[in-house]
Amino acid sequence: MRNSRRRLLAGTAAVLTAALALTACGSSSDEAGSAKSCVDTSGDTVKLGFLNSTSGAMAISEQTVRDSLTLAAEEINADGGILGKQIKIVEEDGASDPALFAEKIGKLITSDCVAATFGGWTSASRKAMLPVVEANNGLLFYPVQYEGLEASKNIYYTGATTNQQIIPAMDFLKSKGVKTLFLAGSDYVFPRTANKIIKQYAKELGIKIVGEEYVPLDKDDWSTQVAKIVQAKPDFVFNTINGSSNVGFIKAYYEQGLSPKTSPIISVSIAEEEAPAMGKDVTGQFAAWNYFQSVKSPENDTFIKAFQDKYGKDRPTSDPMEAAYTSLYLYKAMVEKAESFDVDAINKVSDGVTFDAPEGTVTVDGDNHHIAKTGLIGQINADNQFDVVWSSDEPIEPDPFLKGYSWWNPSAE
Amino acid sequence: MSTSTSAASRIKPWLPLLGIALLALALLVIAPAMLSPFRLNNLGKYCCWAIVAVGIGLAWGRGGMLVMGQGVFFGIGGYAMAMHLKLEAAGPGQVPDFMQLYGDGSMPWWWEPFRSPVITIAAIILVPALVAGLLGFAIFKRRVKGAYFAILTQALAVVFATLLIATIKQTGGFNGLNNFPSFFGYSLYDPVNKKMVYLIAAGLLIVCLVIVWQINRSRFGELLVATRDAEERVRFLGHDPANIKLIAFVIAAVMASVGGAMFAPIAGIISPSDVDAAASILFIAGVALGGRAGLFGPALGALAVGYGQSTLSERFPNEWTYFQGALFVVVILLIPGGLSSVLKRFRKDVARQTTELRGLTVTEPPTEVKVHG
Repeated sequence: MRNSRRRLLAGTAAVLTAALALTACGSSSDEAGSAKSCVDTSGDTVKLGFLNSTSGAMAISEQTVRDSLTLAAEEINADGGILGKQIKIVEEDGASDPALFAEKIGKLITSDCVAATFGGWTSASRKAMLPVVEANNGLLFYPVQYEGLEASKNIYYTGATTNQQIIPAMDFLKSKGVKTLFLAGSDYVFPRTANKIIKQYAKELGIKIVGEEYVPLDKDDWSTQVAKIVQAKPDFVFNTINGSSNVGFIKAYYEQGLSPKTSPIISVSIAEEEAPAMGKDVTGQFAAWNYFQSVKSPENDTFIKAFQDKYGKDRPTSDPMEAAYTSLYLYKAMVEKAESFDVDAINKVSDGVTFDAPEGTVTVDGDNHHIAKTGLIGQINADNQFDVVWSSDEPIEPDPFLKGYSWWNPSAE
Repeated sequence: MSTSTSAASRIKPWLPLLGIALLALALLVIAPAMLSPFRLNNLGKYCCWAIVAVGIGLAWGRGGMLVMGQGVFFGIGGYAMAMHLKLEAAGPGQVPDFMQLYGDGSMPWWWEPFRSPVITIAAIILVPALVAGLLGFAIFKRRVKGAYFAILTQALAVVFATLLIATIKQTGGFNGLNNFPSFFGYSLYDPVNKKMVYLIAAGLLIVCLVIVWQINRSRFGELLVATRDAEERVRFLGHDPANIKLIAFVIAAVMASVGGAMFAPIAGIISPSDVDAAASILFIAGVALGGRAGLFGPALGALAVGYGQSTLSERFPNEWTYFQGALFVVVILLIPGGLSSVLKRFRKDVARQTTELRGLTVTEPPTEVKVHG
């Protein structure tokens, strides 16, 4: 008796819940329409969102980007703002967690109603943010070199795509007469894609790939993989390892007797910030970027001075920091050309917008939303600075899908 | 039992139902009316974690099994749903975008069944049940318990996340699966449909609470608590503790999977970092915060952790992780029974003064921090 009453009540509870759910659902379906932009620029300020990881594994890198974004905002404000409006920064922490990046960018766009957002570092964080910015027709400026094969009307990519970093690096290796190459990378999308491109281009250039090894991002034991490099004796090692895993790789590399004299390394993720943190003297190794602190230009001198005045004489400047700094100035230029903060209006006029950046003059490509950048190869000197040893001499037009390269076959292994 | 208390004791069993109804009212009626679409979507995420927590409450709070690897089951549900949503986005006969980008554009055979919504939903329930069943059978029949059990489940979460990261062409690797434009045919760009997805998640949380409430009241629920507190005695009474634990473990696994399945469309992404060891520990932390043995403790704890994570990180974008860590340390040190135990202790003191002392109050585990086997 008691038992059956219990069941009855439980059943009622379930039905009640379902009914509640349905009524709530029904009432909500009256509010029609999709997300409308809530950006308000009628006052004398404009809100911009900075979304970087200030905690978690990526904080050490992304904080530097946050710093240079903040610097750019202060400079622009001191200079009269954007369209006469002072920038009001809304800061968020992505905490090195892609799901949190998706949440926070949603908050910045729909709740804080920022006119544009700046940030992201890992491809995972960008891929997580992409559908959210697109769904809300927002704007994201992404400042880090990446694996390409992407274009969104709601994202501007101010770091290099593969034909501005990976391909120039291969051209440099060819010019050095390299015959054999070993690939070492972290196990995620960027190194896998970069190596796919490297392998196809190497075949074209007649360079032989003598090994390919991956280690997960959060692991730093490279001893067995480096042992394979020792055996293969390649002319060069192409390093697509990201983050602190580099420390383990460099340690194993030197401990097992390798050096720039035997098999030098060319890296795409080691910059001024990382070189002194490797725990070994990495003098003589190479890196491919589009900016080095050593770049000689009046714009770069001004940038370095402003940055070091604000954050300290010992702080180096690096490629992603410069790309982030540039991204805010490019946004300002786009808004002022469009005379509006409206995303569609900006997209309409963004093609051809230029800025005299510390790395040199950069130009926005309105079709794929990337920017033309000069490819540079640097060699690390005793001060952990990079001496430029090779340059593409002029800005390379961005080609994220490598359409202009006949050897590229995206569906091949 | 005297007549004066019998009225009170007759109402008492129904109090949880009142609590569930109040929670349902808050989540299904008040929240959708009050919160902005963005906040509601966040609440939906917390609800998914709360569903996992309700299961952990059953396995750990009631059954004494410290399940440190619920991320595995959360991931099974999340990836199963995400695979379906990716295939739905790709269209009939087409291959998900990331496989064309990172692989050779061919799809592994085991993706194919997930084109069907029915198979996907069945997989979300049955795959974790099967995995937990086989695993639990092997573990409990061998009488693995205590810290060994906890380490084993934790290790599984590590293995699972590592496996996902290594299989970039099949599962998206470190990036995981994301960019889901629609949910079973409903566009996720439409706020009304987003609200619907939220309501499903919140509704499932309520359903899970009702299920656990019924389990707690049942003979099985009593046996589960008895197994937690005195496994050998239960064995002497002729029951096999392994089977009892197995059932609770399987139910917890299925709930974790359901939570993961709803998490994917709400968060818009599922990646190894949502299912790895750290994520699994965060599930446990929420349950510990709320109080593991009660019906509401785990769910409310998980909701609180989710809310705390969002608000703390918005207020203090640079320091919030320290606050979060400090909060857990304080709770575990000062109130090991969780926040709900404070309330209960207070209530019990009052009750002790007014009514006679009743004999059996075994629903709460000992308050010292200890891994139960």
